[in-house]
Amino acid sequence: MENLAAAEQSVAKLSIEDSIEYLKSNHSQAIKLDDRDGYQGVIVDSDQLLDIARVIRDQLGFDYLSSATAVDYLGEGDHMEMVYHAYRSSGGGALVFKAQTDRDAAEIPSLVSVWRGADFQEREAWDLYGIRFPGHPNLARILMWEGFEGHPMRKDWREAYYEEERKPFDSRWPGGHVHRAEEKNVFGKNVSYPPDIDLNRLMDNSEEAVYSSLGLGVDVERIMDKDGFETNELVVNMGPHHPSTHGVFRMVLTVDGETVTSLEPVMGYLHRNHEKIGERNTYLHNIPFTDRLDYISSMGNNHGYVLAVEQLMSLGRKYNPPTYRCEALRVMMVELSRIVNHLWAIGFWLNDIGAFFTPVLYFIQERERILDFFEAVAGSRMMCNYMRFGGLFGDLPERIKSVSNLTNDRVRDYNTMQFLTEMINERIPRTIDELEILLTQNEILIERSMGVGILSAEDAINFSAAGPLLRGSGVAYDIRRADPYSIYPELDFDVAVEAEGDMYARYRVRVTELRESVRILKQILPRLEATAGESIWADGKPGAYAPRVPHGESYGRVENGKGELGYYIVSAGGRGGSSNPWRYHVRAPSFINLTPLGHMSKGYKVADIVGILGSIDIVLGETDR
Amino acid sequence: MYGTGLAKGLRLTLRHFVESYIDDLRYGFRKYHHSTDNFGIRQGTQTKGVITVQYPDEKVAVPERFRFVPFLIVEDEDHPTRAGKDWCTSCGICAKVCPPQCIWIVRGNDPDTGRPVPEPEGFFIDIDICMNCGYCAEYCPFDAIKMDHDYELASYDRTSHHIHDKEKLSKPNSYWRSIAPTRAYDEMLVRGTWEHKDAAKEARRGSASSRASAPRPAAQQAAPAPVATALAAESESATAPAASAPAEGATPWNEDEAKREERRRKALERKAKRAARGG
Repeated sequence: MENLAAAEQSVAKLSIEDSIEYLKSNHSQAIKLDDRDGYQGVIVDSDQLLDIARVIRDQLGFDYLSSATAVDYLGEGDHMEMVYHAYRSSGGGALVFKAQTDRDAAEIPSLVSVWRGADFQEREAWDLYGIRFPGHPNLARILMWEGFEGHPMRKDWREAYYEEERKPFDSRWPGGHVHRAEEKNVFGKNVSYPPDIDLNRLMDNSEEAVYSSLGLGVDVERIMDKDGFETNELVVNMGPHHPSTHGVFRMVLTVDGETVTSLEPVMGYLHRNHEKIGERNTYLHNIPFTDRLDYISSMGNNHGYVLAVEQLMSLGRKYNPPTYRCEALRVMMVELSRIVNHLWAIGFWLNDIGAFFTPVLYFIQERERILDFFEAVAGSRMMCNYMRFGGLFGDLPERIKSVSNLTNDRVRDYNTMQFLTEMINERIPRTIDELEILLTQNEILIERSMGVGILSAEDAINFSAAGPLLRGSGVAYDIRRADPYSIYPELDFDVAVEAEGDMYARYRVRVTELRESVRILKQILPRLEATAGESIWADGKPGAYAPRVPHGESYGRVENGKGELGYYIVSAGGRGGSSNPWRYHVRAPSFINLTPLGHMSKGYKVADIVGILGSIDIVLGETDR
Repeated sequence: MYGTGLAKGLRLTLRHFVESYIDDLRYGFRKYHHSTDNFGIRQGTQTKGVITVQYPDEKVAVPERFRFVPFLIVEDEDHPTRAGKDWCTSCGICAKVCPPQCIWIVRGNDPDTGRPVPEPEGFFIDIDICMNCGYCAEYCPFDAIKMDHDYELASYDRTSHHIHDKEKLSKPNSYWRSIAPTRAYDEMLVRGTWEHKDAAKEARRGSASSRASAPRPAAQQAAPAPVATALAAESESATAPAASAPAEGATPWNEDEAKREERRRKALERKAKRAARGG
């Protein structure tokens, strides 16, 4: 018996290669290696996917399902594929496994019973790709609305205003056939409804129709029935236009008195099919689009995307990794935006629980300084668009200087390094100190947040929670340490972790991370001085505008302020590579972190719900994509 | 003791409140005065208290790298050889790298040879679509398109004012050098000259070989005819453009073939005029 346990223990520590070997030898009939050019991992027979997933989780120890997404290989084998990236919560690389299915009547067993974190991601795959997941508790559309025709991420689905499969579009040059997209769209002609759809249904505003499709697990009709209204249970709709939902986000709760009995998040109000746009775009076009995901920390978004593409480019022959100075600058920018993100998150979380705007404005003052710096270096305060494949938009300017151009313009002129040094050594630490004086021991804050919105460590891992939400539950999982990238291995910092798993723990994690970010920045400053004059490009000149990316897949992930931000990219290029991604998927922390929201909210008061949502820290640009 | 955490926080807010007045005292109650030059201090790293900028009575001048809606560089009017000439060669790279595809370029062709001429006939940017990423400026091999600093673009009519045509987009080279002196200088270092790449190339060619072996004699033979028409048209076109410009820029997306043809003709005339002046 002990031997068996010991054997399992050793299996759970196998390297990725050995784990795949273990799977192959023990389950040879269900597993085959993915030997496509540039691909990794295994392809699992979809009939046995559930069993294999349990083996991967329980025996091999890959307990954290980071990403589950679909790919449509129309014309490249004509099948649908689900791609899963599983990690160990103790750190290390990914075990990638895939399941394939037919394009028509696509069906893959649901993994929600193994990893509850697959819940929203499978719903998204159903919504956008039309893959059915037998066994899923509530397989409803999540980003598009019920009654939408078709599955828009399928390669043969075309959007309104459709022009061509790929950018750049031919009409732009040399003919220059200028048009406004809306002039072209005669309303109605570009929209097709399913033949049997009853458009009146969309106008149905009755309570039953609105709430019965949400899978709340309550008999809505019984509660809503005016004649039989006997209990004190109630369905409450919050949002989509509610000041505390941080955007257009909706929550439908059933309450018993003031106590929440179930909660269902409803999203998609800001959905623009970022991924479809991304697949029409060239690789380069996508960088500014990533800015618009989590618009609070666009530097981090850039970083994840360029890492994913660089990973693919490194498979090719001509690829120069970024220089040391470039890496140092990237890390500096990302850490500054982490500070911005956490200041913002804490500030608006306080707004949600009642400390209206005094603290948030103190923090925003500091954020303004950082954004001034971003503006001077990258050209824009929020939509930075700063990173490039193998480099950056530009080195630091010598001076943060402006020229008066408009009437009443007031000019500023600072030395960049001096500005940066003062900011990192004095201003930001001072702001964090003030933040702590103001909040950490504030009795009202403690009363409101301690013991509220509890998520246990096991649940946090199982729900694929990421970032401060995961670390606030006592799981010391930070990608900068668990699966390091860039120059983080040589930097000295600690992973912030708190064991309690409540709102206050998440707040404490964010404060510690602010301090750790300052610690990293203080180490970056001498590195910048030491590399002054070094080029940010490996070969001294900027990269090409249309890089060819070799055939293959890659998953680039970074620890963003809100959690793990991952990009899954498939390049289906021929021999020369391709300039447009075949698949471009964003593993959005704001989206997946909402999966445990219903679970976390159960049993708390209505007034706590806004606080719990605020403590997760979501941004709707990223949630809805 | 219960309540101490609260009291500490309140003391901090009180300090912030008082500090805003201390700063006022330091600047002699002239913190917001137009004529004072303490703006850099108020917005700097050492400031305390209120940092509000009283827009529009005062505006933060944007840094050099700031990017907002592209413009095209044309040579200054007092340039000896290339006055008013576009820096753009209509190579189309900006249209290709544009992520939302908001740039439309009509490449000009020589009517006689049918070969493309290095100057765009039409250039349109739909600024409603433009996402201000700055790629066009970054990847332009001729430094001909740049990002502007003027962010105040409110207008009364979005359908006609928000497609910028070539006329609206064009700004003199000196403007770019004034809003971004450091960057213009850096670009000059890369190019090796303050002049356009082509001009520099021509100058080099001119000095290396004698004037007699001028390039492409065939093109020179074809020149006289357009020059003549250009001279004839000069007197009327001198006053005409101002009047015809709004009509032309009003709805460029559904402009008919005749208008397009006319625009083409005008561009060629301008070109011929310059050729005449230069020769």
